[in-house]
Parts: sequence; C-alpha cells; structure tokens
Amino acid sequence: MQELANIFIKSIFIDNMIFAYFLGMCSYLAVSKTVKTSVGMGFAVIFVLGFTIPINYLLENFILKQGALVWLSESFVDVDLGFLSFIMFIAIIASMVQLVEMIVEKFSPALYGSLGIFLPLIAVNCAILGGSLFMQERAYTSIVEATVFGLGSGIGWFLAIVAIAAIREKIRYSHVPAPLRGLGITFIITGLMGIAFMSFMGIKL
Amino acid sequence: MSDKKEALFSKKNRKLLIDPLNDNNPVTTQVLGICSALAITVQLKPAIVMAISVLVVMSVANVVVSLMRNLIPSRIRIIVQLVVIAALVILVDQVLKAFVYDVSKELSVFVGLIITNCIIMGRLEAFALGNRPWKSFLDGLGNAFGYGWILIAVAFFRELLGAGTLFGYPVLEKMGLYEMGYENNGMMILPPMALITVGIIIWIQRMKNRDLIES
Repeated sequence: MQELANIFIKSIFIDNMIFAYFLGMCSYLAVSKTVKTSVGMGFAVIFVLGFTIPINYLLENFILKQGALVWLSESFVDVDLGFLSFIMFIAIIASMVQLVEMIVEKFSPALYGSLGIFLPLIAVNCAILGGSLFMQERAYTSIVEATVFGLGSGIGWFLAIVAIAAIREKIRYSHVPAPLRGLGITFIITGLMGIAFMSFMGIKL
Repeated sequence: MSDKKEALFSKKNRKLLIDPLNDNNPVTTQVLGICSALAITVQLKPAIVMAISVLVVMSVANVVVSLMRNLIPSRIRIIVQLVVIAALVILVDQVLKAFVYDVSKELSVFVGLIITNCIIMGRLEAFALGNRPWKSFLDGLGNAFGYGWILIAVAFFRELLGAGTLFGYPVLEKMGLYEMGYENNGMMILPPMALITVGIIIWIQRMKNRDLIES
C-alpha cells in the first residue's frame, strides 16, 4: 500500500510530466488560454492515461517482452518483440481514444460536449505515449502499480495545465514587454513553475 | 503539371526550405514539437543525434505521405500517418541502438516520442497531404533544420554555462576561466532552464521581427 502511495505522489509531483519531462507541451501551450477549456483537457488526459497504461502494461508483459509469450508455448522463450512496442502502443492509444470518445458520447452527452474537441487531440499528445514508454522503461511489477502511475501522471498534468491557465488569465492585465507577450512569457512562467515544483524532490512516504 | 516546368530550386522552393529557419520556425513561431525537444538539450551530442533523427523521419515521412496523398481516405488519415511515422521511428531507433548505443540510452523514451512529435504530424497534415513529393521533401527538410538549430542552440548554452564543456571537451577550463574565479551555473542543467532559454530565444527573435508579436 505504501509503495502504491509512493508511486502516486512521485508521479504527480516529482516526475511531473510537464515540469520534469516537458511531455504534452504542445497541447499544454495551445489549450491553456482559459481555465475552463484547460479543465476539460486535463480530465480527458487523466481519463486516457488511466486506461491506456494498464492496457499497454498487459501488452508489454504478455506479448512484447522477451519471453513474454511463454503462456502460449514453451518454445517462445527467446522471442523478443520489443522493437514492435512503439507501433503497438500508438495503435492502442489511437484506438482507445476513439473508443473512449464513443463511450463518452453514448453515456454522457454533457461530458462529451465539454471534452469533445479535445479527445482526438489526445492521440498525438506526447504525455500519453510518454506515459506508456516510461511504464515500459521503469518495469512496474504489477498492473495496479502501472494504473496508479498512469492516474498520478494524469493528475500531475491536470494540475500543471490548470495552474498555467489561471496565470495566463491574470497576466493579460499586466504590462509584459511586447516581444515576450503570449508564447515567450508562457515559456518563462512554465520554467519558473518547474523550479518551484523541484522543491518536491526527494519526498518519500 | 506546372511543377515540371518549375526549376528544382526555384524561388518558391527555396522559400519552403529557408522560411522555417527563422520567420516561420516550427518551435518558436508555429509552437510545434516542443514536447520532445527540451528534455534532451542538456548536452550537445544527444541534441544533435535527436535533430538528425527528426530530420530523417520527417523528410522521409513527408515524401511517403505525399506519394500516398490521393489514396488515403481522410477519415482514417491520422492512423495512417501514425503508422508511417512509427515505422520510420522504429528504423531510426534500431539504427541508433546498433551504432551509438550510449546516446540511444541517454535519449531513452524520447526517440519513441518522435512519433508524437507535433512538428511531424503538423507538417504532414498541413503540407504533405496537399503537395507534390519534391516540395514536401523540401518542406520537411526546412522544418527539421528549423527545429534542429533551436535544439542545438539551447544545448550549446546549457552545456557551456552548466557544465563548462562542449561535446564533453572542457572549454572553459582550457581558457583558464576557473582560475579567475568563474564557477559553473548548475542551474542550467536542470530541466526548467531549457524552457527559460527557449523563452529568451523567442524574445530575441520577436524583438528583431516585430511582425511576430502577439497582441
């Protein structure tokens, strides 16, 4: 249990997708103009990360890893399909995004209305593929750990995009030097927020 | 068939190649491809390897998609593009693992993330789907160079100011700066400084070219 809480806190604050790895920067910069849209985008990312990471975990451990195919037949012990992981992960992500879109549309039209435009964007959000690749690299030991890591990463991304959107809403009323307006100042603020997030480093439960 | 009459490097084609280097830079103006760009700019070597990988993937993907542009149904084009890019990235990844294993370890997941690099998707969507292969190739090359020089510039400053080396060669030590009391700025190695460096590059660029300023 403690191990899980540790992974959770670590993926939200210390290994934050935005501030530590710059993943998902494109949608982070594009969709953070108002708090309302950024909340929608943030929820969509939590949703998709929470689904795709466990699925890709199963894929990795039962098909792609060296010796993962043993459950089929003993003779597959030396088969290593690791080189296929990029294409498999991205296929899972693209189809999951499509599926999530359809499910949300069917069961919660209101949520679909607010998330609608962002869902297709997520297929090419680096944070999603990055999450799966980190899951592969860090070799989590159980599917529960992988799920917790996925949810934590999503929540970290959510916090980051909502925070920057709130700051950008306020900064519209300040006198930023003209060449820095818009993109430039957003980069610098994100850098400063990253420095602030670094104070979480070394936290362990 | 008006393309046939056009010279291989006509003015228009040169513009495709040169524009993305500065005024229409993918990173600082189009805001694409920042995701995988910043995390690997602590040192020059991985930054250059990354720039070359993106160059290869991007120019080939642009040509391939441009060749298939009349065959791809528009509903499933994103998946088709992702498959083309992913196949190329797998090739690049295997080549890197075979020839420069240490750099490949250092880049870790970021080679894979070329797949979701928005520059590549963005240029495929915006350009290769509507243009001939040669033009798309030039466009891919131009944008990859535009991305590459930002990457290399950021890595240059971060390595020089953060560790005092270039390509691992201790430049500042040989210049005798440490004896004069100079110290490395360890801050430059940390991830947030990459963002601030890009912010400053954007500042300088927009000061020179006032048309780019956002209202």
